[in-house]
Amino acid sequence: MAQDINPIPPALFLWEEALPGGCHWSGIVRRGNALRLTDLFGRANVSALFYNAEEKLERYNMPDTLKAQHTAHLTTGHALYSDMGHVLCSIIADTCGWHDTVCGTSDAGTVKAKYGEATYQTHRNAMHRNGRDGLLVELGKWGLGKRDVVPNANFFSRAVADDAGRLHFDATNSHAGAYVDLRFEMDVLVVLSAAPHPLDPRPDYAPGDVMLTAWKAGAPGADDVCRNHCPENQRGFYQTEILYR
Amino acid sequence: MSTFNLVESPLDPGQAVVDAVVNAGDPWIHEIKKGQVFRILDLEGNQAVDTLFYNAHDPEERYSATDTVRTQGALYLTAGTRLMSSEGRVMLTITADTCGRHDTLGGACSCESNTVRYALNKRPMHSCRDSFLHALAHYDSHKSGGGLTKRDITSNINFFMNVPVTPEGGLTFADGVSAPGKYVEMRAEMDVLCLISNCPQLNNPCNAYNPTPVRVLIWDAPEQ
Repeated sequence: MAQDINPIPPALFLWEEALPGGCHWSGIVRRGNALRLTDLFGRANVSALFYNAEEKLERYNMPDTLKAQHTAHLTTGHALYSDMGHVLCSIIADTCGWHDTVCGTSDAGTVKAKYGEATYQTHRNAMHRNGRDGLLVELGKWGLGKRDVVPNANFFSRAVADDAGRLHFDATNSHAGAYVDLRFEMDVLVVLSAAPHPLDPRPDYAPGDVMLTAWKAGAPGADDVCRNHCPENQRGFYQTEILYR
Repeated sequence: MSTFNLVESPLDPGQAVVDAVVNAGDPWIHEIKKGQVFRILDLEGNQAVDTLFYNAHDPEERYSATDTVRTQGALYLTAGTRLMSSEGRVMLTITADTCGRHDTLGGACSCESNTVRYALNKRPMHSCRDSFLHALAHYDSHKSGGGLTKRDITSNINFFMNVPVTPEGGLTFADGVSAPGKYVEMRAEMDVLCLISNCPQLNNPCNAYNPTPVRVLIWDAPEQ
């Protein structure tokens, strides 16, 4: 389906997999490949964590990402930094325009309080799932756990801060068919949950479906939009590239 | 700039059971028992105090910047803010604040992030994450909260730092709102281990390129 929106040339296509709303996923994406996240119906939230596949103590670092690029949100041109000064992946295309990385995830308590209880016993796979437990289940598959949960990215979601710092969720941020392309600059363990954003005020539990599409993006060139976003990124890309020399 | 909600404390430093100075660039690690009150005092002004908390009995439960932001629906920390754990529980409540705004998005400086932010040759400079690692390496693992490593260093609080987020989604390190003698005080709602790095950053104008000491105090819970 994502292929219908902005086709990836068949020679570059690697694989495609559905991530239904509320569900979770993890896998390795190799350096030089890209992962497209597509919000199929305009109501998706994808909570994401990233780990260096070779040394999983190295992981996505929200503050380092924001400080390096003087931003409090993510979009085209931004790099997602690890805590070790490396670029795990970078956003090479984005038709949504704003992705949150400061609000974290829902957990079992907040989902139950907001949407009521819907267990597997009564609802089968339409049960209510929460972001934190989805991430923990996937992390467990790689020998990781609670100590490895750090502030995450929330693709397709936006919460705007007012002067006093109060956050206002923007339910119009995404749209059906919106996508964001992450190009991986390292071999990375990607951990995803498509549970609702924790500040989404809509009362119904209706997390949006997502399509994952992997393709060969190649190495960033000298004129790359992410490398040249700021001098900080030029240094970050350099330090990442020398890992592989 | 919105108006800050400044709240003073009635507590007498003479009655404190812990009263210590943490020099610039030093870490400090200490348990705070449930009911005790913990104050950090900015002795010379605009010093960043990078702070992490762990459940003293189960350190897999730790301070969570995002759970704190999510729970209060707001970015900045001040009097009334509940500092939330990764398990969605209140670890400490800020009960007094004469500064008015504290950050939890800016994280802690490190050798590696300094190379990205400032220049590749900044790697040898002292940093908060080196202080965190140094403190954890020497912390007695038989005490509660022992066995902590790099894996446990997560996004921290920066007391006395002003990092405004604009409605357009920009992030700025603004002039400090702190000053000599300003303090923030919090009551522990569970037994916690507190890990501080008194920030040694020399590359950021927010502390006038001059890291300075802070004072830390603990009072016992009032008699029931």
